[in-house]
Amino acid sequence: MKKVFGRPKSLTKDPFTYCPGCHHGIAHRLVAEVLDEFGIREKTIGISPVGCAVFTYAFFDCDMICAAHGRAPSVATGMKRSKPDSIVFTYQGDGDLAAIGMGEIVHTANRGESITVIFINNAIYGMTGGQMAPTTLVGQVTQTSPYGRDPKTMGYPIKVAEMLSTLKGVAYISRVALSKPAYVLKAKKAIRKAFQSQIEGKGFSLVEILSTCPTNWGLSPIEASKWLEENMIPYYPLGEFKTPEEVS
Amino acid sequence: MLERMIISGFGGQGIMLMGRLLAYAAMLEGKNVAWMPSYGPEMRGGTANCTVLISKEEIGSPIVSHPKTLIAMNQPSLDKFEPNVNEDGLIILNDSLIERKLSRNDVNVIRIPADDIADKLGNSRAANMVVLGAYVKKSGVVKMETIFKALEKALTGRNQKLMDINKKALKQGAELVKQ
Amino acid sequence: MGEKILMKGNEAIGEAAIRVGCHFYFGYPITPQSELAAYMSKKLPKIKNAAFIQAESEIIAINMVYGAASTGARTMTSSSSTGISLKQEGISFIACAELPCVIVNMQRGGPGLGSIQPGQADYFQATKGGGHGDYHLIVLAPSSVQELVDLTMDAFDLADKYTNPAMILGDGLIGQMMESVEFKERKKIDLPDKKGWILTGCKGRKKYCIVPFNMDPYEMEKVNFKIQEKYNKLKEREVRYEAVNLDNADLIIVAYGTVARIAKTVIQNAKSEGINIGLIRPITLFPFPESIIAEASKKVNKFLVVEMSLGQMVEDVKLAVNGKAEINFYGRVGGVVPTQSEILNEIKKYLK
Repeated sequence: MKKVFGRPKSLTKDPFTYCPGCHHGIAHRLVAEVLDEFGIREKTIGISPVGCAVFTYAFFDCDMICAAHGRAPSVATGMKRSKPDSIVFTYQGDGDLAAIGMGEIVHTANRGESITVIFINNAIYGMTGGQMAPTTLVGQVTQTSPYGRDPKTMGYPIKVAEMLSTLKGVAYISRVALSKPAYVLKAKKAIRKAFQSQIEGKGFSLVEILSTCPTNWGLSPIEASKWLEENMIPYYPLGEFKTPEEVS
Repeated sequence: MLERMIISGFGGQGIMLMGRLLAYAAMLEGKNVAWMPSYGPEMRGGTANCTVLISKEEIGSPIVSHPKTLIAMNQPSLDKFEPNVNEDGLIILNDSLIERKLSRNDVNVIRIPADDIADKLGNSRAANMVVLGAYVKKSGVVKMETIFKALEKALTGRNQKLMDINKKALKQGAELVKQ
Repeated sequence: MGEKILMKGNEAIGEAAIRVGCHFYFGYPITPQSELAAYMSKKLPKIKNAAFIQAESEIIAINMVYGAASTGARTMTSSSSTGISLKQEGISFIACAELPCVIVNMQRGGPGLGSIQPGQADYFQATKGGGHGDYHLIVLAPSSVQELVDLTMDAFDLADKYTNPAMILGDGLIGQMMESVEFKERKKIDLPDKKGWILTGCKGRKKYCIVPFNMDPYEMEKVNFKIQEKYNKLKEREVRYEAVNLDNADLIIVAYGTVARIAKTVIQNAKSEGINIGLIRPITLFPFPESIIAEASKKVNKFLVVEMSLGQMVEDVKLAVNGKAEINFYGRVGGVVPTQSEILNEIKKYLK
């Protein structure tokens, strides 16, 4: 019988530790498929963040290192500069990238470091139990915004893709979602373009992936996907924000 | 310890260079040397000073609180360091910019009209070399030829054209000192 | 024999590092060590495949070091006191991940923003870990520009040998000072092969992971025991110190770095007054030269520890002496350097 579906080579056999309905698993798979398709698994080094994806090191079947909270882009920079022929990617959540690691991501992008960033935006801190993230929507209830996010005292949700796309060193930035198959296919394309930018030495690339966190949102997996489409996508529009001509 | 000195003036007078040339020359002559700049806000204008230590033995403390020699290129430097100079020590001062008399009479003093001489030579910025020339002649800590060698090392690129005037300034300074 | 060159301490560190193959420097400007970054920015771009990055923060710099070290490259960052505090999280990660690198701290007066003049008040931070968790750095304390060169080179070897971060603990004075230095020919030494752990892509082998954590406390305890074992070996094998005039000393000064130099002048001056003073100068602050101090305390019953702190290394001296001799302390702080006459006066107090 012909095998039509299987585990990408770039994923290990370790079962994912993510909650039911969380989009991390899909995002992992898409990255792994892209590594397989470009045939770059054996020269890729991945950097896991602090947060739910801290265990990423176990799931990707390539060299991996775990960075301190928010510091993955700087670790990636040190690696890429000392080993320029490798492919380096970071996998970071919204607390990691947009709160404690905002300085790191902005300057890494601004220097145009030739790395790829997979940025998971689920509008909440997952691992620590559902606190407000910089990307938490206005009015959204979290453990640390129990009356809903009030922009007067808590600021507005940060649009990372838009903000970083103003920087000249950036080659490719897009925002995608994974809540339905059509989105997943688009997300895959975006991740391909991001890695292609790096392979071709175009500069910094980032894909912001809107994701669910059913556990901390207090919703079922299906409700969570619906909530994402109804609330997150209107504020965080999908699409490409920056493309190098040769890649797009 | 052959020498333990403070060179002081205001930023732009080439204070650091004087000290470095001296240290470099002493090193070329096989001595142990240490050069310490004052660092910090005074780098950005105001007074600047450096210390130079020259010794045949290992140099211990690099801190000079009581110098054997003080080179004062301006009035505030004299005011600041004059009281600390060792008894029987040496003060060489830039007569062009210092009007007052010394308040001490237990030290040797040489007054060099450094800026006036440098102006006559055609470059007022060579005042530091006039004073350095006088010091080298007076102290005999290093040979004048070694200072020339050090100068050749220090003046690279576009500064090479300043070689002649600096050498002239050094010689003129030396001539003002009676052995 | 190399040629003698007149060099500033901070620049000498840079040249020494480059000569032993450190081609990746990441740093953030801070007085009084910025000349080191400037030197690297001038030299590294001329070397093939080398990199200098002026990081946008101390935290970014140390994490770049973490990344470069994980690929097997010799790498370095430098800063001064307050900047080193910022790097501590990264240093703890590097120590836990067992990666070699060199960190330079040209100390200034503290605490807070402190001053830019020399200090030694980061002794606890440097020798006891500095960041969170049980770990140590290999800490080397140079007291001349020549020693800055030699110890910087040694620091890279020691870091590689023990897969542990090493620190050069100097101060603003020694960094700013110019002295003559020689870059001596170094003996070839056997260093462990890095191939078994460096991240280079998993071609032809299983993937490698560098993971400085374990959610299973019993496994994490094992990680602790493993790195602790290295510290025991360091204590056995790598202790260095200089001992001056210990026989028949009336009192022994214990001091490191810049202060030890001042102590040497004190010894000379004391001799002319008929006072016999010895000096123990720790060159490795971790591992600390306990044995020589313990040994000396059997013959000499008075010690004076002098530091540019209000009493940090003195605690280690007390542990080494273990009550067997009288330990006195003199310290100046905030960027003030103790003078030879102050120290001599202090000594006279205890020899009455």
